[in-house]
Amino acid sequence: MIALLFVLGIPLLGGAALALMGHRPYARDVNVLFSFGTFVASCVMTVQVINDGPAFVWDKQFFVDPLNVFLVTLTTFVGLTTSIFSRPYMRVEQDHGKMTPPRMRLYHSMYQLFSFTMLLGFTTNNLGIIWVAMEAATLTTVLLVSVYRTPASLEAAWKYFILCGVGIAQALFGTILVYMAADKVLGAEHATLLWTSLSDIKGQLDPTIMSLAFVFLLVGYGTKIGLVPMHSWLPDAHAEGPTPVSAVLSGLLLNVAMYAVLRCKVLTDGAVGTPIAGQLMMGFGLVSVVVAGFFLSRQKDVKRMFSYSSIEHMGLITFAFGMGGPVANFAGLLHMTVHSLVKSAIFFTVGHATQKAGTQIMSEIRGLIKVNPTVGWGLMLGVMAIVGMPPFGVFASEFLIITTAMREQPWATPFLFVGLGVAFASILARVLPMVFGDTTLKPLAHPPALVPVFVHLAMGLTLGLFIPPYLNGWYVQAAKMLGG
Amino acid sequence: MIKFVPQLVNLLATIILLLSFAMISQRRIVTLINLFMIQGAALVAASFLLGYVTDQPDLYVSGALTLVLKVIFIPWMLHRVIRKLNVRWDVETLFNIPTIMLVGIALVILSFSLSAPVSRLSETLAGGTLGIALACILLSFMMMITRSKAVPQVIGFLSMENGLIFAATTVTNGMPMIVEFGVALDVLVGVLILGVFMFQIREKFDSLDIHNLETLKDDEA
Repeated sequence: MIALLFVLGIPLLGGAALALMGHRPYARDVNVLFSFGTFVASCVMTVQVINDGPAFVWDKQFFVDPLNVFLVTLTTFVGLTTSIFSRPYMRVEQDHGKMTPPRMRLYHSMYQLFSFTMLLGFTTNNLGIIWVAMEAATLTTVLLVSVYRTPASLEAAWKYFILCGVGIAQALFGTILVYMAADKVLGAEHATLLWTSLSDIKGQLDPTIMSLAFVFLLVGYGTKIGLVPMHSWLPDAHAEGPTPVSAVLSGLLLNVAMYAVLRCKVLTDGAVGTPIAGQLMMGFGLVSVVVAGFFLSRQKDVKRMFSYSSIEHMGLITFAFGMGGPVANFAGLLHMTVHSLVKSAIFFTVGHATQKAGTQIMSEIRGLIKVNPTVGWGLMLGVMAIVGMPPFGVFASEFLIITTAMREQPWATPFLFVGLGVAFASILARVLPMVFGDTTLKPLAHPPALVPVFVHLAMGLTLGLFIPPYLNGWYVQAAKMLGG
Repeated sequence: MIKFVPQLVNLLATIILLLSFAMISQRRIVTLINLFMIQGAALVAASFLLGYVTDQPDLYVSGALTLVLKVIFIPWMLHRVIRKLNVRWDVETLFNIPTIMLVGIALVILSFSLSAPVSRLSETLAGGTLGIALACILLSFMMMITRSKAVPQVIGFLSMENGLIFAATTVTNGMPMIVEFGVALDVLVGVLILGVFMFQIREKFDSLDIHNLETLKDDEA
């Protein structure tokens, strides 16, 4: 499968190329070009998987199946649109003196390497390499978050590094335990961390080791998902980095960590035979939904508010996968998709709004719709989508998750309603005055790239009204792989 | 020879654990780096020993990697950093060392009880050391929480990595080679980035005290 070579090779090459010439004015376009190339390659790979089914690549080290190919396409797509958005955005930042040529070079190079680490994490078949890719993704994004070199961004990046470093160390310990369990079944010579091989023998893996391993894996990768109480790095990192970085962190990186947890959950479920893994995930997910809802209502900084909203949605997704079963898994996958699309669209519009206002404090941003109706409407529609208004896709997936919860875990529904309700009320209350009302904002020198916003929102809308049959089949297949 | 090996590995495990305790109570930054270096050396010895006994060349490679990275390169780099930042002889005020030690002992007991059911299942020579490895991880974790200066936090992070490698070496006779290399690469790049950060934090805050990094709070945002 040569397409995978391109999916991984293009961003890696892009990282190297942009490290050399990322400070030049045309580097912005080159960045888009590399992202576009990766996207095309991932589309080719998707078509191949749809036609020929799951495939091993390079001596089983890589593995492409319906679950990860769908996340790969989503990642490369949002990676492409974010690079388009970043062109005028970073140009304005450069004009404002926040970015210097060396910083632009670092930014562009790390953007591509970050895509590479995420795609590596999705496509590798080796649980150890997933860990390595997650840690590498942390390293590249630490540099992206700190790129402005302000005290606040350095603080955010330091916290991010230390907290995620600690968290992810727990995940490595979990991975070592999984390897130990494999060692017991297969013997020292044939022991492996290849997920497909482990999946074949998951019924024989020792339940005691696997349940202990899953606790460590969930806490470790859960730190990167942003599950409460390991979430405190997330709002800082999202708020202090450049907005395109907030968009990819929120829309994409959290999905990679979620994916890692899902792969581990499949093994644990097979080995343990009781729903302990799912129960843990439901617990963490539910706490995240409720706590993030209340934290969200206290925010004054717009990017912080939406990063708490990301914590809430990731909590909801974790809860859905924790319930398991075909419907909840389906809803979880759908929610991952629409959340990525809608949340990155919101960050795009928020980025332009904060650039116009010169601040991220919500009470100082007023009347967006008068200065630039497209940005105003983009933000308004995005917010309607993220709080779960019909007919957007978030409504569809939340509806599925909540109805399933009512049937299977009725005790949890009040908590879900409280969390989602608080978030709904506080986001709308904050955003309405930002969009409408009188304004003091000034237009920007370079017209913003708003096509991505509306493309994302249109896709989020489509997924709410009608899921195309092939996509539907794909979700169902992926949900089944998760043990539905 | 084989007869003494489990005891030797246990001895090395004990040394590693004792060094973890020494680190959580050590206030002088330059001594902390040396303790970290000795811990790395004990880890290397354990890898080579197990590699020799079980006849697994992978463990030699893993040990060599630790030797180059954790015993030679990183301590050298940290010494250079603290010299340049002029914090070489800094003494950190640590409150209540006895309490920290007591909490540390509680953590060791916790990790032994957590890992007891698992270690019993291990078939390798030194499976019983899983508890010690977990204890090292948790102790380093505590060190990162209790320290307020940047360099000790980084050493805590690295010493946690030592605990993880020790777990992998003793419990499973080493991870697959490609994973070992990946982890080593991540650690190396991570330390380099943190080194650069320390200079930047110093430049922006005039100190390496992490307590300065507490402005990002939800209420004030």
